[in-house]
Amino acid sequence: MAYALQQLINGLTLGAMYGLIAIGYTMVYGIIGMINFAHGDIFMVSAFIAITAFTILAAADVTSIPLALTFVLIVSIFFTSAYGWAVERTAYRPLRGSTRLAPLISAIGMSIFLQNTVQLTQGARVKPIPPVLEGGIVLWDNPTFTVQIGWSQLLIIVTTVILMTGFTWMITQTPFGRQQRACEQDRTMASLLGVNVDRTISYTFMLGAALAAVAGVMVTVYYGVVDFFIGFLAGIKAFTAAVLGGIGSLPGAMLGGLLIGLIESFWAAYLWAEYKDVATFSILCLVLMLRPSGLLGRPEVEKV
Amino acid sequence: MSAVVFARHAMTPAERLRDAGWVAFVGLILGVPLIGLTTVDVGGRLGVETRFGLLAAFVAAAFAGRLALRWGIDHMRNRKLAREQASTTTAAQRAHGAQRLVNIVGWVALGASIALPIVYSDNRYVVDTATTVLIYVMLGWGLNVVVGLAGLLDLGYVAFYAVGAYSYALLSTQYGWGFWEALPVSGALAASFGILLGYPILRLRGDYLAIVTLGFGEIIRVILVNWTEFSGGPNGISSIPRPSFFGLEFTRRPAEGEQTFAGFFGLDFSAMHRLIFLYYLILVLALLTHVFVSRLRKLPVGRAWEALREDEIACQAMGMNTTNIKLSAFAIGAMLGGFAGVFFAARQGFISPESFTFTESAIILAIVVLGGMGSQMGVVLAATLLVLIPEFGRNFSEYRMLLFGAAMVLIMVWKPGGLLSHREPTVRLQATGAAASDKEGAR
Repeated sequence: MAYALQQLINGLTLGAMYGLIAIGYTMVYGIIGMINFAHGDIFMVSAFIAITAFTILAAADVTSIPLALTFVLIVSIFFTSAYGWAVERTAYRPLRGSTRLAPLISAIGMSIFLQNTVQLTQGARVKPIPPVLEGGIVLWDNPTFTVQIGWSQLLIIVTTVILMTGFTWMITQTPFGRQQRACEQDRTMASLLGVNVDRTISYTFMLGAALAAVAGVMVTVYYGVVDFFIGFLAGIKAFTAAVLGGIGSLPGAMLGGLLIGLIESFWAAYLWAEYKDVATFSILCLVLMLRPSGLLGRPEVEKV
Repeated sequence: MSAVVFARHAMTPAERLRDAGWVAFVGLILGVPLIGLTTVDVGGRLGVETRFGLLAAFVAAAFAGRLALRWGIDHMRNRKLAREQASTTTAAQRAHGAQRLVNIVGWVALGASIALPIVYSDNRYVVDTATTVLIYVMLGWGLNVVVGLAGLLDLGYVAFYAVGAYSYALLSTQYGWGFWEALPVSGALAASFGILLGYPILRLRGDYLAIVTLGFGEIIRVILVNWTEFSGGPNGISSIPRPSFFGLEFTRRPAEGEQTFAGFFGLDFSAMHRLIFLYYLILVLALLTHVFVSRLRKLPVGRAWEALREDEIACQAMGMNTTNIKLSAFAIGAMLGGFAGVFFAARQGFISPESFTFTESAIILAIVVLGGMGSQMGVVLAATLLVLIPEFGRNFSEYRMLLFGAAMVLIMVWKPGGLLSHREPTVRLQATGAAASDKEGAR
């Protein structure tokens, strides 16, 4: 029981991170209908930026943890959004309006390019940093097993909840959110009504990258190690989460992320840890077979 | 809705400079965290190192590159416009001419590929690289059936390649099967995996299909890595027997009661014999694939694939059985991938899950899409290009994959339809009675 509770906490933490990345996929898919394959690598870039920022802070003898975290978050969000913008501008915008496969190939190329850029400029080796947040709250002191929620886990969950609240408000209440949703429904019509579609799409990419940047900082704080390959698997799982929740649906992406995180933790804890990726994908297949529009997605009606 | 074309005004030098300056500024922002700063290991801890010289060079390169690129694009556009206004040929005539050129190039390429090992009979590197190109050509033609003809986006094609390679490796090392016996069995096995994967996901639309096939590819790889008793785990399977030339081995000394290739033909033993034999073997396999696929395209099933790619709903409305059409595309694509896998295992003599990662699937898909989907010659062109780019980059080897990724993006942006994007209709409407019988056959 105590063990299960601990897995629940771990799973929620993992799921919150997947959810943050999944939102980037789901928003981009919603607005231009393509799988942004490079999104996982944007997340990886942000983790590297976080590592560099933490190291600079350590060199500058900054000991206040809240100050350090705020600084790293701001720096990481700024630079990662720039990457998100640049990727859209160079690799996807020239391909708007061409075949469905062309942007996908371009995205795969971009993903390979980003991975290798980071490998070349930052080195191929795993980068460890000393733990930023240690300790946590002991929830249940069992004689055999102690259930504990780490400060970093708490940070991740709380940050995600705050971000999601703010994000939902932004999409539903602000002028930008309205434009974003308008473009999602009908790009031609939105542009006829005076919405700057290109700019909205750019902002969408930047927003997705910013959320991925938060996830990147969180991963750095939580695991303390980063390498240039983390983007691939995290990206695929986050995409799985987006599909599971119903692609194009924002609450769906979060729900999907949490479910994938929980499934992965429990599978690794009780079944075979080495096959946890298989579990994720099998569940994806099952969901798609039984409910192709995802848990919260609207079924798509095809008009002839 | 007709497109509205605005005349582009010529850019003034000041505008060009501002444009390039803007690009350089973006380059600076992007460059600071990755190029300007890096973390290095200093006595067990990370320390920050700055490389502002490199960053300045990068920004300057971005500035100059943008100026040159912008100028080049404008120049090309003007020339193209002038040419189009001057020329009197119609688009159809030009396309026909291009198609003839492609056909001629195809025959030239065939001749060159037959002559290649004779010309380079003592250059191991060239023959080896050419063999790699041909493996990718074959894989590209196989995937072309699924993606190019049937329009089903498959991101896990490497799984079938792996099934083919592992089934040959296991059949030969565990049960002593020969190459020629294992080839059809492995192909059939890969095809049944194709059906196994295809069946549950037939209802999915394009992008979902892509992600499930990607997942399938990863599942196969994870199983190969972890199921050590079956597949040897990450260590893979080694000492896989090489194919023989009608029972003649390519070894220095003959085994008991056998003859070697060199001994039978009275030649001096040379390690090149096997390489050249392998080269011709994959050439024959690839050509067979080509003939097979070209023939299939003219059969009802091939036409059904292309119809399905163009409009699935219309196909259903016409009463076509989309399930069977999709499954046949999956199975045939998988079978061809399996054949290529068998050859790969036989050529390498050693396989491990390392060879069957997602990057491999991405490369094969890139070959199909870069070549222009559905174009057989385009696949050859793209495969050659994508194998040779990393090979030329070998001198500065750490940049190979970087160049590869950049090339994928650039070619797509430059020609979104692929290198040979012209698509020749398989069936033409003719005024003669032949058209009627053609339509009969198309059902």
